[in-house]
Amino acid sequence: MTRSFPQTGASMAEQPGRRSIRLSERLDLSRVFWRVLSILVLVTLIFLLWEGVKYLGGNPWRADENPFGITHDPPYRWKVASDLNLPHLWDIAGSLSDPARRNGPPLITVLLDAALFTFREAVSGFLIGAMLGFFLGTLFAHSLLLERSLMPYVVASQTVPILAIAPMVIIWLKAGWVSVAVISAYLTFFPVTINTLRGLRSPDPTAVELMRSYAATSWDTLWKLRVPAAMPYIFTALKVSATASVVGAIIGELPSGIRDGLGGAILNFNQYYIAGPSKLWATIFITSLLGIGFFVIVTMAERIFLHGRQREANM
Amino acid sequence: MSEGSPVVKLSGVTKIFGENSQNRVMAVQDIDMRAQPGEFISLIGPSGCGKSTLLRLVGDLTGPTTGEVEVNGKSAHEARLNREYGMVFQAPVLYEWRTVTKNVQLPLELMGYDRSERRKRADEMLALVELTGFGDHYPWQLSGGMQQRVSIARALSFRPALLLMDEPFGALDEMTRERMNMELHDIWQRTETTILFVTHSILEAVFLSTRVVVMSARPGRIATEIPIDLPLPRTFDTREDPRFFELATEVREALRVSEGGLK
Repeated sequence: MTRSFPQTGASMAEQPGRRSIRLSERLDLSRVFWRVLSILVLVTLIFLLWEGVKYLGGNPWRADENPFGITHDPPYRWKVASDLNLPHLWDIAGSLSDPARRNGPPLITVLLDAALFTFREAVSGFLIGAMLGFFLGTLFAHSLLLERSLMPYVVASQTVPILAIAPMVIIWLKAGWVSVAVISAYLTFFPVTINTLRGLRSPDPTAVELMRSYAATSWDTLWKLRVPAAMPYIFTALKVSATASVVGAIIGELPSGIRDGLGGAILNFNQYYIAGPSKLWATIFITSLLGIGFFVIVTMAERIFLHGRQREANM
Repeated sequence: MSEGSPVVKLSGVTKIFGENSQNRVMAVQDIDMRAQPGEFISLIGPSGCGKSTLLRLVGDLTGPTTGEVEVNGKSAHEARLNREYGMVFQAPVLYEWRTVTKNVQLPLELMGYDRSERRKRADEMLALVELTGFGDHYPWQLSGGMQQRVSIARALSFRPALLLMDEPFGALDEMTRERMNMELHDIWQRTETTILFVTHSILEAVFLSTRVVVMSARPGRIATEIPIDLPLPRTFDTREDPRFFELATEVREALRVSEGGLK
């Protein structure tokens, strides 16, 4: 007699859960499809735009120099579209398999080695920056005084150009991957600091009161409430930091005279641009692929880490 | 009702917000109240009469300006540090990154229960609120009523002697609310927990309580207390009992008087 409709309770209860899970699975598949399609469309558009400009205002096309066997004399001669300033995309792709130096290994090997080298520096910088940012954000979240007094300097640090900081760091720490990592960290800690602070303060006041009602220590409140609540914010910052860390590592390589990374490769091929313009362009593509790759790695980590949360499922 | 030591004892409690500022607000004034073990007391009153504040004072989520709040013979502060009450808010306040069972286990984790004990208790509690089989769901996959049941399971998981509920069913539709009332009554009967329950609903208060405390508008004072002598356990027929309507009318009139009488 004291039992209430257990039947009704359970059957009504099951509906919303099941339905939304199935819905999110279906969304997942179509999401992948649309993403792949949109990337393909974008790549095609860029290709058409690039080669379209060259078709209208580049140097004459010779049948034996392009994969389509087209012979064509463009109606205009635009300086930006010349073979020197804007090489054909197939020339850039082709240069990857040519040797970088006479009798040397192909350019693609050289660039991948360089990318791996730079990636290692970037990851170190990313990790140092992320930890520093998390630490500062946590510190500021717990002390308004520290936030008020230190935050202006954190903000000011980002107004000083990285190009001016880099030589100083190298003078202090000596040229080497450590100083490059520090320079990279300088770019990455800032977004993490800001978003950690914001995320740690994001929980609803009642969620905090709930912790208080359990007489939870502030350590427990930090790790069981504030940090988990901050994770989506922190991951947003980490995605920004991932790409920034690659930029930081490349810039760090320039004044330190490190020749093994992408920064060195860019300097090198820039110097000999006239001899082979497509080599610099190929380097630029590999560099951006590295940044995108790092971004994708962090995004996948985010997927795994925030698995099951509504925000993630609704994305 | 006066025998035994009270679970909750408020003596001359006044709470003033922003005491030294322009917008000084006296939330509650001069409250004397006791709750005996096993009682189900509803606090009802017009909006802003300080009934939630009263609950928060008992839970030591805010401190009294003057007067004394005791829980189980200790100060409210000590009782909170001893984890002697469970709290249910109007919103379920479930942590979205935790599954249902992990949400129920949260207080147990904080109190250092080991893993197998936590799991056992969580299963028991989910059975109590009729959510067996939903342990691995995430909160967003549940309906509002189910979420609130999880929050009740969480509050009861460490078997506190006192349950504080701040309009727990306020956001639910009428049908779900009536079912939840029945379930809460059932849980109260089985667990013998003392419950302090804030509500806006007269029918809910009468149906659930052994005593209804009617509060007056700001500053909140206790206008009157109405013992509910409906037989236990309450059932679906209780709502059709003529005595149920008499008591509801009594509470409604007490509320009208407390709001300023002549209106």
